[in-house]
Amino acid sequence: MKSLGSIRRDFAPWNDPNAKPYIQFDKVTKKFGEFTAVNNLSLTIFEREFFALLGASGCGKSTLLRMLAGFEEPTAGRILLDGQDLRGIPPYKRPVNMMFQSYALFPHMTVEKNIAFGLKQEGMPGPDIEKRVAEMLKLVKLEQFAKRKPHQLSGGQRQRVALARSVAKRPKVLLLDEPLGALDKKLREETQFELMDLQQELGLTFVVVTHDQEEAMTMADRIAIMDKGEVMQVATPAEIYEAPTSRFVAHFVGNVNMFEGKVAEHTANATRITGATGAEIVVDNGGKAAAGSDIVFAIRPEKIKVSSKKPADAVNALEGEVYDVAYLGDMTVYHIKLDDGQIVRASALNASRVTEDPLTWNDRAWVSFRPDAGVVLTR
Amino acid sequence: MNSTWSRFNITSIVLGFAFLYLPIVLLIVFSFNESKLVTVWGGFSTKWYVSLFHNQGLMDATWVTARVGVISATVATVLGTLAAITLTRYTRFRGRVLFSGMVFAPLVMPEVITGLSLLLLFVAVGLDRGFFTVTLAHITFTMCFVAVVVQSRLVSFDRSLEEAAMDLGAPPVKTFFQITLPVILPAIISGWMLAFTLSLDDLVIASFSSGPGATTLPMKIYSQVRLGVTPEINAACTILIAVVAIGVIIASIANKRREIQRQLDEQAAQRG
Repeated sequence: MKSLGSIRRDFAPWNDPNAKPYIQFDKVTKKFGEFTAVNNLSLTIFEREFFALLGASGCGKSTLLRMLAGFEEPTAGRILLDGQDLRGIPPYKRPVNMMFQSYALFPHMTVEKNIAFGLKQEGMPGPDIEKRVAEMLKLVKLEQFAKRKPHQLSGGQRQRVALARSVAKRPKVLLLDEPLGALDKKLREETQFELMDLQQELGLTFVVVTHDQEEAMTMADRIAIMDKGEVMQVATPAEIYEAPTSRFVAHFVGNVNMFEGKVAEHTANATRITGATGAEIVVDNGGKAAAGSDIVFAIRPEKIKVSSKKPADAVNALEGEVYDVAYLGDMTVYHIKLDDGQIVRASALNASRVTEDPLTWNDRAWVSFRPDAGVVLTR
Repeated sequence: MNSTWSRFNITSIVLGFAFLYLPIVLLIVFSFNESKLVTVWGGFSTKWYVSLFHNQGLMDATWVTARVGVISATVATVLGTLAAITLTRYTRFRGRVLFSGMVFAPLVMPEVITGLSLLLLFVAVGLDRGFFTVTLAHITFTMCFVAVVVQSRLVSFDRSLEEAAMDLGAPPVKTFFQITLPVILPAIISGWMLAFTLSLDDLVIASFSSGPGATTLPMKIYSQVRLGVTPEINAACTILIAVVAIGVIIASIANKRREIQRQLDEQAAQRG
């Protein structure tokens, strides 16, 4: 397979076989009564990594975070932090801090006192506390709000106080539970970048729980996609998007078209897939699936080209009819109903103001894509 | 909505308020009566207030009531708060339903039964009735009121506050005193005030559980009224009403101010 490209900084300890794991979930299971929240899960997170746990609500991602913080104990398995088994260590003795979804600011204390709370607990001398609090207030740009109470702050300011309070103790790991969930969209986007800068600046390991895929894609070095208490895939955002390993992951992140089919034949550097319609798809990366096996071919909408005539050089081209067109400004989304009835979603970037090949409702159209545009999924 | 004053509206308001307050107004008016006869107006005077302070029996009873009220309200607040915490936090122990039912049963238990059963208990264990037993009885019946007030606050308490404190390094006991207690303190104070007020005006249970030398103010007033209502009693009652009214008014003004301040703060915060 060709490289997926590295748009991020050159940081990839997960590819280094000698890298020492920092946080290790080792066959962890957590049951609440009959309900299994986390099922025999193993996961490795490296130092200074920005790691995201992504999944729908109830997938066990928050439970995982709470076990790391010490609010829940695993029913079975071990959690190691920097080589130390965390079993039996209460939350107030763990070198991790958490930023809560509700922020959990102490309503009866000023911003200053909120930030100083953790430092006081570890018995830091007064002048040092003052210095650290001032430092933290500067970090989150809240210097002039030091004497305010939480209810005198806006949502964005509260979020920053919560952040300052949770990093004030310089924890080994910062846990963030839906850190941007309560902010409006614009503020959320700004804060995503602020969080990334902060993580770089402090050099901490961040573990963030979120249900927002855009948030996870923007911020994280690696993402773990979770479903029903299990990890479906752990990979970089680009790998998750471009090389999902299962239907669930392909479906969960972004939009995707899926074609059911069978592997007809492997040739030297290509695989032929026959679909239910008899239409044939040729791909160059279907090597893992055995010939004759049932598979799903998954392809992202932006990798499908729509045209009114069959492109002369296209390896894969399917004919159909324009079913729906949605003009979104930056791009146009087409729904093409193939002759076998399947609807394909394709999106075209509106790179110029006028298009030479306008398509509208009920026009005949061809969808075409390159052999390396999609992935073959066996599960 | 129609907000004009119709004749029907005015009549119903006047009747309603008269029904509620006429007896009290009468009592207050006659406390300033010059005449010794309670129901005959003999001109304005404050002499009954002066003589009230020289009535040793009434003053003693007031002192007893105040002490019983403060001690029983304080102990009841501690016990009631503990019960409320147990009931909201430990939701999965055996017999929780029975336990919570038993904590709240005294709310609807007829006072006569509570009083009588306490009396039987004190006699059975050989406790001499007096100050101690009244206080004990008041703790028993006010505790459940405190538990109700505190529990309703605890139900809406954000547990993540405690988790945040522990996460930042505070052990459970410290977390309770530094976070939980300050946050639920207003409810605890309301609970204390409710317990104090209940103790202040209790007659039935006090009558059962009290003994010589521990006559509370309501008991004293009741026994004097049986010998005939004097303007002095009217004066004593007026003072009681004034104390309670001032307390309620101060509390509601403070509440209102806090509310307004909070709204202003929030508006300011929204503006940045």
